[in-house]
Amino acid sequence: MKRHLLSAADLDRDDALLVLDTAEEMRQLADRPIKKLPALRGRTVVNLFFEDSTRTRISFEAAAKRLSADVINFSAKGSSVSKGESLKDTALTLEAMGADGVVIRHSGSGAPHRLANSGWIRGCVINAGDGTHEHPTQALLDAFTMRRHLGELDGRRVTIVGDVLHSRVARSNVLLLATLGAQVTLVAPPTLLPVGVETWPCETSYELDGPLPKSDAVMMLRVQQERMNAAFFPTQREYSRRYGLDARRMGTLPGHAIVMHPGPMNRGMEISATVADSARSVIVEQVANGVSVRMAVLYLLLGGSEPALSAIGEPAVATASAPESVPA
Amino acid sequence: MTTTYLIKGVRPLGGAATDVLLRDGVVAALGADASGTRAEIIDADGLIALPGLVDLHTHLREPGREDAETVETGSRCAALGGFTAVHAMANTDPVADTAGVVEQVWRLGREAGLCDVAPVGAVTVGLRGERLAELGAMAGSAARVRIFSDDGNCVSDAALMRRALEYVKAFDGVIAQHAQEPRLTEHAQMNEGALSGRLGLRGWPAAAEEAIIARDALLAAHVGSRLHVCHVSTAGSVEILRWAKSKGWSVTAEVTPHHLLLTDELATTYDPVYKVNPPLRTAEDTEALRDALADGTIDAVATDHAPHAIEDKESDWTDAAFGMLGLETALRVVQETMVETGRLNWAGVADRMSVRPARIGGLAGHGHPIAVGAPANLVLLDPAHRSPVDPTASASLSRNNPYASIALPGRVVTTFLRGRPTVLDAKLT
Ligand SMILES: [Zn+2]
Repeated sequence: MKRHLLSAADLDRDDALLVLDTAEEMRQLADRPIKKLPALRGRTVVNLFFEDSTRTRISFEAAAKRLSADVINFSAKGSSVSKGESLKDTALTLEAMGADGVVIRHSGSGAPHRLANSGWIRGCVINAGDGTHEHPTQALLDAFTMRRHLGELDGRRVTIVGDVLHSRVARSNVLLLATLGAQVTLVAPPTLLPVGVETWPCETSYELDGPLPKSDAVMMLRVQQERMNAAFFPTQREYSRRYGLDARRMGTLPGHAIVMHPGPMNRGMEISATVADSARSVIVEQVANGVSVRMAVLYLLLGGSEPALSAIGEPAVATASAPESVPA
Repeated sequence: MTTTYLIKGVRPLGGAATDVLLRDGVVAALGADASGTRAEIIDADGLIALPGLVDLHTHLREPGREDAETVETGSRCAALGGFTAVHAMANTDPVADTAGVVEQVWRLGREAGLCDVAPVGAVTVGLRGERLAELGAMAGSAARVRIFSDDGNCVSDAALMRRALEYVKAFDGVIAQHAQEPRLTEHAQMNEGALSGRLGLRGWPAAAEEAIIARDALLAAHVGSRLHVCHVSTAGSVEILRWAKSKGWSVTAEVTPHHLLLTDELATTYDPVYKVNPPLRTAEDTEALRDALADGTIDAVATDHAPHAIEDKESDWTDAAFGMLGLETALRVVQETMVETGRLNWAGVADRMSVRPARIGGLAGHGHPIAVGAPANLVLLDPAHRSPVDPTASASLSRNNPYASIALPGRVVTTFLRGRPTVLDAKLT
């Protein structure tokens, strides 16, 4: 594995499968009375959040703590970490704290690249969402969730619907799912597909009804209200009618297909309440899986000194899959 | 009394080697006539002489951002780059939109004494695009402003642009437009294309530049005035300019060294040193710009030297300022992209970097051929030199140099401003 996780493209197929397999091990931990491993004891993980995202931060925090890492939350809002203090100064502060891993969320696309490649810090950098660029751990948790329901993803059809243009989730999912052999179709009005999308490893469609009957999973992206004001689409009602997932459309999915959403949802906009709360919806499960996947990423990147599950006396599948890939 | 200099064995415009005598601020003699006078000898064996370079587009940052650059430090960069005149853009703080501010900048330039600083006046008050600044007062001031520009901002209001074009006819002024349709480029970060989509950076469509150039060319033709287009960056803009020129309209244009050499692929590093307005474009655009400069569709190379304090480039890409340094490297980049590729000979470089920009800016003392009686504004360069660019070895107060470690040909050895050396042995005098 590469030293940092900045883009889903940083993972080749073996890396991605290693993360998903390791996450599966981590998930078993959730069913045990003691939910903690000593793997990252003595290591420091900094959650550097320049943009509010309580759910992502809590997910990373829980993941790091279950691996016994020390966690420092560095939040931009209402602190010195703001425009006044440069990214460089912040990075140097983290370096002084001895951060082994930095989980960064930033409103600017590429900020994690900047942090990782500037020479300001030595720790590994994990992208927890940068602007409209990428959110690789979200893609990993989505793939993990799909895999649990659908088995291996080779040849599986995944339909991603909504504001692709502004979605870091869509970018990371397209890259990771292509790596894993799935066939992705992006569905959006032309205004919400990026220029050059035809060069991406996926198909695109301007309408939703065609792709649904062939989909093994359909992922609805959040559509923000302000996009309407910027003329990306005329009205909420028209968007909802053309691109929203309601009970009728859900009925055209194959019986085994699942419905996903990275959250937070706009119920009634891109997804109806009936669909969100239906048996096909795995939205709540996605959140739970997020912790397991982030544990796997932290474990593999920060190089836990001990095999993941040995501390609780397990046959330790991670020992079998991890050794060479785990940096010392 | 200034020193008399005898430049020995220099090749004017890359031609046959000869001697050039500079006395009393002018070229006093050439060839055999130059010898026999008591003079300081400058051995210019292997060097090429060009008329002193003229930059149509420089940001000197004074008044207002003296931490990034001053008229004095920017003048040093200019001299080291072979320039004898620069046009200082108006987007200072306060904005150069009154006779008082342009005279201040002009006077600071005279005091620095390293190159002629010709202030550009703002088109509109405060660069706000709402009402005309006192263009006539700036033209009539000691600074004798002839180029007016809201650079940094586009004069996007078509009616206001039309009036500005018309009004400056009274004093043979020219409007230099920063062509950027504002609504199409809100929060734009880089060239719009497959790469911007992949990198998740807000795209800056070529059409946002081209639409304004087309509109302004039509307006200039309609009112019979002069339009100058700043930093042309796309192949489509070149086509529109070619069309406007074919109509015989008074439209001129400039291209920056960085748009001749660098492409948007550099944005994949997310290093803000490559963030610039207009953005770096594709390799096809770069090719079209080189061809257009070669065939004269684009009249001039202008640096858009844009110093920024270190902290303004030490953030992530989106928060960082737009702009890159250019004065010290311009001639080298032009040699690399135009001369080494066979597109321009040295006479052509002199035309695009001195003669035409001086004419566009109305600078009577610059852009003359190297002939007896001409003002002794000269640059001597070593075309055989090649070395990696060292951003730490700059006279600028800023360090936003996009050419770090790129090997470029050429070296400015000596610059003369009216017979007085501002640079000798590649060092400021
Ligand atoms: Zn400009």
